[in-house]
Amino acid sequence: MSKVVFKRPKALLPVTTHYCPGCSHGIVHRIIAECIDELGIQERTVGIAPVGCSVLAYNYFNTDFFEASHGRAPAVATGAKRARPDLIIFTYQGDGDLASIGMAEIVHSCNRGEKITVVFINNTVYGMTGGQMAPTTMPGQVTTTSPYGRDVALMGWPIRMCELLSSLKTEGFIARASTHSTKEIIKTKKMIKKAFELQVANRCFSFVEVLSTCPTNWGMTPKQAQQRLLKDMIPYFPLGIFKSPNGDESKS
Amino acid sequence: MAKTLMKGNEALAEAAIMAGCKLFFGYPITPQNEIPEYLSRRLPEVGGCYLQAESEVAASNMLYGAAGVGERVFTSSSGPGISLMSEGLSYIAGAQLPVVLVNIVRGGPGLGGILPAQSDYSQATRGIGHGDFRILVLAPSSVQEAADLIMDAFDLADKYRGPVMVMGDGMIGQMMEPVEFKTRKKAKLPPKTWAATGYKGDRERSIINSLYLDPLKLEENSWRLKAGYDAMARDELRWELFNCEGSYDVLIAAYGSTARICKTVIQMLKKRGISVGLFRPITLFPYPNKQLYDAAQKAKSVFCVEMSTGQMLDDVKIALEGTRPIQFYGRTGGIIPTPDEIIRQIEKIMKGEEVDKR
Repeated sequence: MSKVVFKRPKALLPVTTHYCPGCSHGIVHRIIAECIDELGIQERTVGIAPVGCSVLAYNYFNTDFFEASHGRAPAVATGAKRARPDLIIFTYQGDGDLASIGMAEIVHSCNRGEKITVVFINNTVYGMTGGQMAPTTMPGQVTTTSPYGRDVALMGWPIRMCELLSSLKTEGFIARASTHSTKEIIKTKKMIKKAFELQVANRCFSFVEVLSTCPTNWGMTPKQAQQRLLKDMIPYFPLGIFKSPNGDESKS
Repeated sequence: MAKTLMKGNEALAEAAIMAGCKLFFGYPITPQNEIPEYLSRRLPEVGGCYLQAESEVAASNMLYGAAGVGERVFTSSSGPGISLMSEGLSYIAGAQLPVVLVNIVRGGPGLGGILPAQSDYSQATRGIGHGDFRILVLAPSSVQEAADLIMDAFDLADKYRGPVMVMGDGMIGQMMEPVEFKTRKKAKLPPKTWAATGYKGDRERSIINSLYLDPLKLEENSWRLKAGYDAMARDELRWELFNCEGSYDVLIAAYGSTARICKTVIQMLKKRGISVGLFRPITLFPYPNKQLYDAAQKAKSVFCVEMSTGQMLDDVKIALEGTRPIQFYGRTGGIIPTPDEIIRQIEKIMKGEEVDKR
């Protein structure tokens, strides 16, 4: 008798995604779906994906879903959660979306302590629109709108969202994880699961930043992209738990 | 229920609660602040949620979230804030969600002023945001009517699955009048089977969405919205005729507070033996074109009065199809026209002269 040891999570639809080869979205989608399955919350989970590569996430998650305007997912989540506190609401946002146009919405949702879960994909670039400079673009990084490399004298330094949000006094769970290795992917899942668990317990706002690769817009192979994440991004965007209601902060 | 003396803004807020709305997301702006202030006290008393958003942009997206999970929700603002809400309203319209909003209009453009105006007519009636959509707009001319209309607004929003605006000017919001909150029968409305309340496998997944990458599907959505507007134009038109039973040479077209001033004008002229009619649209979108046309056929000319430089004037022209001469008189920027100055213009019209420019 053979035994099934690995299968598609129930919360993930059996469809092909539009994501590029080597992109981290597929991994993070699967992690979220596994967490939904393991917590048994599929029937009361509503996802929200705003403008960005993941705007079509409603085609991939087997839950009710919102498509939202650019940057506003935390506001949409606030409206949905305040109206129906029994629902489990998560947003899935990119770095251009969350750290630029949606800066006000994420900061204030976090500060109000909305009982929502935010999964923040940071790949240092605007993906869907074709690789423009993001607030998280690394110094010197060439993008379609920083053809000479990001000049910090003109555009400032990349914004570190975990550090910024964890400075707020309101209780919350703020963590940064990565997808560049199997070991880190396992850690990412632990953090995302923790984030959902805190919402299920109606405890606090939860936020997990996931450092991700974008081989297409970085002009790299998937393997080169993973190496770049490790070498260039992690020294600037350190991994770990920045803030936790349980006091178990830990930084790498 | 007994009559209570209340400010228009507070009456709007209380009437919304009576209509079963327990969720409010908004941002402070004069001259509508009594609405959020009142609700921040009242909503916790009735087990509701009052939330002051970080901006009107966020507030309109909170409406999108709350309406999308199937709950009644509303907001209020004034011109500059409504401009910021136009993003959320476009998504709300595209995704066919019912929300109610109040615009207590102040003078513009830009920061403008804080006194009463009707300068947001075109913004409200021509779609209010990007894309091919409209919103149903109701314009009260008294505190009582404001309270009645906002109760209707929630039913209309649910029926047509789109934004409904109650548009008053600063005067409607700020003045105190006796108001009676009429308990009404619950309207028969379709269940919100489309709401994103969690997928349990007993229906299709609910996707709250305005994105259609397939142009044929986007076109289909736009025509679906248009069919709703056509149905509103057929079934929801509201207007008032005042002093239109007998004969009249001049028909005034005015709405909101301005229409009320014009009623005083008509009564003053009546004492002098001059008969003037008034056509007051209550739905500004859809506009009661035929009703204005019919009322105008009894008059020699039509006189449009607004607290703007001439915005509803466009709709008056469309309705009349060139059948009657139209003259316009407008005060704006927070100036409220007096009955005397309107009478002076009517005297000119009756002498066959041009009205004052302002």
